[in-house]
Amino acid sequence: MISIEPRRKVSRAARLLTPVIAALAALALAAIPLAFAGAPLGQAYTLMFTGVFGSVFSFTEMLTRATPLIFTGLAAAIAFRAKLWNIGAEGQLYLGAMAAVAVGTGAIGGPGWFLMGLVILAGAAAGALGMLGPAVLRTRFGADEVVTSLLLNFIILIFVQMMLEGPLKDPMGLGWPQSEPILDEAMLPRLMDRMRLHAGLLIALMAALVLHVLLARSSWGFRIRAVGENAAAARHAGIGVNRTLLGVALVSGALAGLAGVSEVAGLKGYLTADLSPGFGYAGIVVAMLAGLSPLGVVLAALFVASVFVGTDSMSRAMGVSSFLADLVVALSLISVLVGGFFTRYRLVWRGKGARA
Amino acid sequence: MEKKIILKLSGLTRRFGPVLAADHIDLELREGEVLALLGENGAGKTTLMNMLFGEYIPDEGEVLVRIDGELRPLPPGQPQAAIEAGIGMVHQHFALAENLTALDNILLGAEPLMSLRRNLAPMRARVERLMAASGLKAPLDERVGAMSVGERQRVEILKALYRDARVLVLDEPTAVLTPQEAESLFQSLRAMVAEGLSVIFISHKLHEVLAFSDRIAVLRHGRKVGEMATADADRARIAAMMMGEEIAPPERPPARPGAEVLALEGITLHGARARDRLEDVSLSLRGGEIIGIAGVSGNGQSALAALISGLRAPERGEIRLEGRALRRISPREMIRARVGRIPEDRHRDGVVGAMSVAENLVIERLDDPHVQRLGFLRTRAIRENAERLCRAFDVRGPGVEAPARLLSGGNIQKLILARVFDLSPRVILANQPTRGLDFGAAGEVGRRLLEARERGAGVILISEDLDEILALSDRIFVMHAGRLHEARTRDRARIGLMMAGHFEDETAWGGGLTAQTAGEARP
Repeated sequence: MISIEPRRKVSRAARLLTPVIAALAALALAAIPLAFAGAPLGQAYTLMFTGVFGSVFSFTEMLTRATPLIFTGLAAAIAFRAKLWNIGAEGQLYLGAMAAVAVGTGAIGGPGWFLMGLVILAGAAAGALGMLGPAVLRTRFGADEVVTSLLLNFIILIFVQMMLEGPLKDPMGLGWPQSEPILDEAMLPRLMDRMRLHAGLLIALMAALVLHVLLARSSWGFRIRAVGENAAAARHAGIGVNRTLLGVALVSGALAGLAGVSEVAGLKGYLTADLSPGFGYAGIVVAMLAGLSPLGVVLAALFVASVFVGTDSMSRAMGVSSFLADLVVALSLISVLVGGFFTRYRLVWRGKGARA
Repeated sequence: MEKKIILKLSGLTRRFGPVLAADHIDLELREGEVLALLGENGAGKTTLMNMLFGEYIPDEGEVLVRIDGELRPLPPGQPQAAIEAGIGMVHQHFALAENLTALDNILLGAEPLMSLRRNLAPMRARVERLMAASGLKAPLDERVGAMSVGERQRVEILKALYRDARVLVLDEPTAVLTPQEAESLFQSLRAMVAEGLSVIFISHKLHEVLAFSDRIAVLRHGRKVGEMATADADRARIAAMMMGEEIAPPERPPARPGAEVLALEGITLHGARARDRLEDVSLSLRGGEIIGIAGVSGNGQSALAALISGLRAPERGEIRLEGRALRRISPREMIRARVGRIPEDRHRDGVVGAMSVAENLVIERLDDPHVQRLGFLRTRAIRENAERLCRAFDVRGPGVEAPARLLSGGNIQKLILARVFDLSPRVILANQPTRGLDFGAAGEVGRRLLEARERGAGVILISEDLDEILALSDRIFVMHAGRLHEARTRDRARIGLMMAGHFEDETAWGGGLTAQTAGEARP
């Protein structure tokens, strides 16, 4: 007979190692679909590895891919800490990108530093407003923000498409549904010559650090943790639960909006309706892999980006489907959840009459 | 003639790390007997019963059950074997599926697994026969989630009876019941015991144990320290056995009431359920006195507590603190006005279990410059504050940085007391402050409330335990159907009548009540 018993003590090492082991397990499990796709395993893994760590360029590509994931991962992590389920980072990302384009393409003039700041602020504000709606509906009427924030994604995406066919459409764009390019001086600076890596990464890392400190050390972070862990006790203790949730919603939305800013003003230069290949949703995976810790989000985003970039280049070289990347990311999420379970519980095998 | 032994625990021992939770405990239970298991929190009662039911594997010793006329050992660690041997367990925290009906819960696991169709009629008839025979009534087609605690408990017992339980184990069965529900439970159990059922029940409440059991076993620190026939037992002796020493009830020197600290005037709260309503409640609390509010639970006590806690604002009426009318009502305003609140459900409202003891001790004063500077927590000051308070209030646990959920119920209550006293409160609301606590911890709570009274605070004590009200209160009110009535008597029977809704003209009104309320006196 197998029974499940809670572990009495969970060591710090076990908690920190679990995600690492889970990530390795996910990579190992990826061998199954790879074998089905008919790829020689040794070569496939080698290509995945060199696809990320093989050259400076591929490594910076990975960092570039990790940048929006850090933002959306932080957006999910901070919201989930307060038990505010923001599933709308994808939409908020597009709102942020749209605002960046609106102010950064020449409508407003000024020196470069001013324009850059304006683009960042406008994007963050637009993202924040995007989450404010679902949060107000939740605090005022008890509407489930999982539903409202998720559905808002589709509304926002369709709105973006409409804007790209209308007011935001680039008249010089040969009829493509894309916006005018952001002015060069308003773009986030590149970090290295001939690489696509941009200053968005630095902003993301700073955001992670600031969020970590705020959560652990500030009274605002205290309130968020209290509301997330036990809203009834927080309310009883005089903490403004709704106020805290609204604040968290604004910060979470702003971070997701910054993901949009960083993609459009750091990388692409102009807005299209396929700006994000699901960064908003991947951010939820990143946050869960990170155990909702802001610093963990950085590591988790690097891992997920490595899987994406590595699998991409492997699949191109070997002619297997690039959907493998999604599969590995999904496997790693499952592995982390299973791993988390086994750090808290253990299976006990009992024969007849045996004693524990 | 001596009845047959149906169950025998022999030398049961269980260690949890260095703690000896049960130390070579022997017990016998006879057919048709009620055995009460008494002991403080952590004395080992629940551990012992979990070994009996196969949920823990004993390190030593065994459980013997009479099967086919002879005592046979149960295989350890197998609840299924215990169930088959006729042992039924009703846990303190029920093990029911809330989204299923009562009937489904009773049948769950007792039905054949592989049959495609459910033939409910004969099973339902059997459950109904059990209800008729035992007197335990439950609405079979209602979802358990929609049921009251008393109904849920009856479903749990029926579940055990449906599995042909011959021995029923009840872990603190009355902790969650109103006195009436408890009384009706005991009546049903008596009827079943007369039919040959044997019962082991765990309780803190001495008067129940004395009224209902045949034999009493007392546990302390994992050892059985005494066993006696209930007929030979008396309160003082049992309490002494449990505590290992004689305990005196707290001394209550005469009150020296000062100025009014809290006034409620004509307060009305609306609510869908009776427990959420207050009807024209007025009360004047003075510094240096304790007002006890007795009543059957669900008569508006929780509404009154929510009001004084700042969680609900009245639809009509006024709250005054030290003569000043409150305009905004919120927990924050109440804390600012130095109203200390001890909530009824300490796990839900009292602490954030995942946060540390130290953080829970400052959770009500996050704006205080001693707690934060420029929005950043003063970690060292918070830790020192916690160490000081834990020493002063004897909060024991794995340390101030450990999550509060690791503390026992009594220590969580001490943590909340420490937090309340740290406010230097002018008013203290204590809602069921000793529920679920053992003698030692309950006595500590009582002493602290009296200490606050000595310091000039006004205390409102809401309790279902009339003994506690009588021991601590300077004035007693009774809550019934959302209304508050002063009991100008300390006579248990007359207060009991008021709790049931019978009021005599001369006792029902007056005292701290205002003329406005008195004018509405009913015959």
